[in-house]
Amino acid sequence: MTVTQEVPVLAAGPAPLAAPAVRVRRHWSEHGLVFVAPFLLVYALFLLWPLLSGLGMSVRSENIAGTGAEFVGLDNYAEAMADPDVWASLGNTVWFTVLSTLPLVLVGLVLALLAHHLRFVQWLWRLSWFAPFLLPSGVVGLLFLWVIFPSDFGFADQALAAVGLHPGIGWLTDERYAMLSIVLTTVWWTVGFNFLLYLAALQAIPQHLYEAAELDGAGPWQRLRHITLPMLSRTTGVVVVLQVLASLKVFDQIYIMTGGGPDESTRPILQYVYDAGFTGYRIGYASAVSYLFFALILIVSLVQLRLSRRNREENAR
Amino acid sequence: MSATALEATAGRRPRWTPGRAALLVVALGLVVVWVLPIAWAVATSLKPEGETTKTPLEWVASRLTFDAYRQVFRSGDLAQWMFNSAYISVVTTLLTVVLCAMAAYGFARTDFQGRKVLYGLVLAGIMVPPQVLIAPLFAEMVSLGLVDTYWGVILPQVAVPAMVFILVKFFEGVPRELEEAAFVDGAGRWRVFWTVVMPLSRPILAAVAIFTFISTWNNFLWPFLVTTDPGGMMLPVGLVNVQSSYGVRYAQMMASVVIAGLPLLVVFALFQRQIVRGIAHTGLAGQ
Repeated sequence: MTVTQEVPVLAAGPAPLAAPAVRVRRHWSEHGLVFVAPFLLVYALFLLWPLLSGLGMSVRSENIAGTGAEFVGLDNYAEAMADPDVWASLGNTVWFTVLSTLPLVLVGLVLALLAHHLRFVQWLWRLSWFAPFLLPSGVVGLLFLWVIFPSDFGFADQALAAVGLHPGIGWLTDERYAMLSIVLTTVWWTVGFNFLLYLAALQAIPQHLYEAAELDGAGPWQRLRHITLPMLSRTTGVVVVLQVLASLKVFDQIYIMTGGGPDESTRPILQYVYDAGFTGYRIGYASAVSYLFFALILIVSLVQLRLSRRNREENAR
Repeated sequence: MSATALEATAGRRPRWTPGRAALLVVALGLVVVWVLPIAWAVATSLKPEGETTKTPLEWVASRLTFDAYRQVFRSGDLAQWMFNSAYISVVTTLLTVVLCAMAAYGFARTDFQGRKVLYGLVLAGIMVPPQVLIAPLFAEMVSLGLVDTYWGVILPQVAVPAMVFILVKFFEGVPRELEEAAFVDGAGRWRVFWTVVMPLSRPILAAVAIFTFISTWNNFLWPFLVTTDPGGMMLPVGLVNVQSSYGVRYAQMMASVVIAGLPLLVVFALFQRQIVRGIAHTGLAGQ
């Protein structure tokens, strides 16, 4: 089968000197669909299809081997809504998000302001503050689990002892500290991303604003408050939303460092999906929990879309 | 605009005031805080196994030794995992760039029936976090027989809607005249795509490639789920998987951690500028 398509090539441009419009007969392989087809095939197979089949699984009592599938309607969803473990792990995820977002945004901003104002040795600031972001979660998790957070001989405890404080803290084994230790690790690991976004935004602020303010006698604090921070407000919005979405998807470092413990006090919702589906073999139920989690993410994304659209309209005005 | 602002700031040497000196002290202090955990991992990896848990802590043990590094390479699958990580990351990056660029060109520069609907379908995918698909995707991999294969790790990661979006935005800005000149010379769309559009898009393609490579190399959840055979694991997954077998060999554990963390840090040190620009660009363009 050969599809040919006639395209007036010069239709868009200004007509050159009464030349006849060039018309090209295109071979079927030039058809636009051919360009998008490979992507769409993979996209359909590994995103759209699991999205739909997951919905199908969530209304069946399926196990991981695909056997025992029986239509159960919304039973899995009803069970999930009544499952205290779902609520507890969802609570842990939200708690992690609340605890981590503020320091990740604030520290990112502070680091960017420092690097921007000092101006020299940019490579040093970037290397030390951004490089941890390039480490795999496995490396970060094992590093903090094995040599930073063990009681007594761990680096964190030893650092406390060195300044005369009492060591022997169960950083990852005590319910009071485990989530905080994970947040600390996460800030150290990923703040570099927000640092970079802020740094790029700072460099885009027109210099003449500062020069004008300086002529008007504004000091460094006034310039920060009345020029820098307002000029960064759009970036802050983006950083906060990206951070919330990233934090809600937390799994790796928690799974590696505490396995969700102690006593499941740090288990995030994604680990509950993993536990139910891959350890408990109830893949239908795990799909239902995934979809509830997806709904939460979608709500946050839609709120974000709303906000950014309003932002853009205000900018256009 | 930002380029000229940068030059302007670079041209003006700021004076040293007490305020700036204080900022420098704070910044250096924070550099130390950020470097310490990595320095401690390296220090631990260079100790003899018996001296890794001494208190009060010592940065340097009685003797410096590379025993731990020798041991981890001799025993276990470390070299195999490194190869797996490199192979999977390179193939994923190439496929992502080619598939997404072709699709983006199709959406941005050709016209066909259903183009808008299909593009809308792709954009909607930006909202779907891969993490919510793990259960059905794993079941699909079981039925396709792709569990414990490279393709099982790679294929779910290569059709990235956000990358298509970024590239569509870029291609829309490429002047049509450049393509039309080539069309008039008799070139077909594929020729134009590969010899005109792709070379013009090198910076954005590099950004997409860098971002994809880093996130593939560092991805944990999916490779962790879809590989059960230790021989096929990516580096971080393999390490997490066998950590219990390290027992109390802290030096060896840290040697493996350093080896697993090093490649991207070296790449970063070499290509700092490009990586920083790429991350800032692709990170924000999703918005």
